[in-house]
Amino acid sequence: MAKLKPAVNSNDHIQGNEDAPIELVQYGDYQCPHCGRAYPIIKSIQKKLGNNVKFVFRNFPLSEIHPNAMHAALAAEAASAQNKFWEMHDIIYENQQHLYDVDLVKYAVKIGLDPKQFKADFEAPQYLEKIEIDFESGVRSGVNGTPSFFINGQKYDEDWDEAPFLAHLRSLI
Amino acid sequence: MLPIGTQAPDFSLHVTPDQKIKLSELKGKKVILAFYPADWSPVCGDELALYNQTLKFFHKHHAEIIGISVDSKWCHLAFSQDRKLHFPLLADFEPKGAVSKLYDVYDEVEGESKRALYVIDEEGVIRWNYLSPMGMNPGADGILDALEEMDKK
Repeated sequence: MAKLKPAVNSNDHIQGNEDAPIELVQYGDYQCPHCGRAYPIIKSIQKKLGNNVKFVFRNFPLSEIHPNAMHAALAAEAASAQNKFWEMHDIIYENQQHLYDVDLVKYAVKIGLDPKQFKADFEAPQYLEKIEIDFESGVRSGVNGTPSFFINGQKYDEDWDEAPFLAHLRSLI
Repeated sequence: MLPIGTQAPDFSLHVTPDQKIKLSELKGKKVILAFYPADWSPVCGDELALYNQTLKFFHKHHAEIIGISVDSKWCHLAFSQDRKLHFPLLADFEPKGAVSKLYDVYDEVEGESKRALYVIDEEGVIRWNYLSPMGMNPGADGILDALEEMDKK
């Protein structure tokens, strides 16, 4: 069974209760349609499990088949400089059909980012590096496509449609 | 599957419509043989799309990856261009599945290669193998663990 390497740490984007009994990690690609389908499922699961779940997003852009995935990932990472990673993550998945650079800048403005700083951060090397670190950790952890989920450090290969996914997660509380 | 420690059987297959690759020509390099059922499988969970993005991790260990299926050289050409693959695909096409059979990874019922991996060292010896469960993309972690282990020695 594939294990998450490295474990969730301070470099990660973490949403929800830090001490939750369930730690759900997703490796995702912003342009991947399956990830787009997973997005509302995760939202709903977070709502239903409340304080029982902590959600972590790591980047796994398959840029050869998804030409806008890397820039979308950079946009979300750049937004983290202004403490709006999750706002950017959300708005990108909600507008997955429009991920050209002009669109990304529009979303940045819409969620209230300072556009000048956003553009500078978008080109800052540390965010590209963060994405590459995420990607390599995914490869070493056995990520074989997107989305890939890890629950409490173990790869989850079962159905992630809401009903079975939620039932499985609830069984762990 | 062929056991670890045995010499990988040599073969020669089309890599492009007018060019063949012989395994023994790759001596001195590590080689990853990725047998897979067919071109044109769905994209996001696709094994070859993943390996296409993990080439630099393989190259770090001086390893080359080669995909092998029973699809023809023309089919591979179109598929490879469509998916922008940066590694070779070999056509185990005529006689159909001969190399897959030689490596004990041929599915007689489907008439396709099974999803299976071999890692071969610089001397042509099989150092790692893996047969994937039906419909499961094996990922790249097993290959990288094997390559790392080989570099330790």
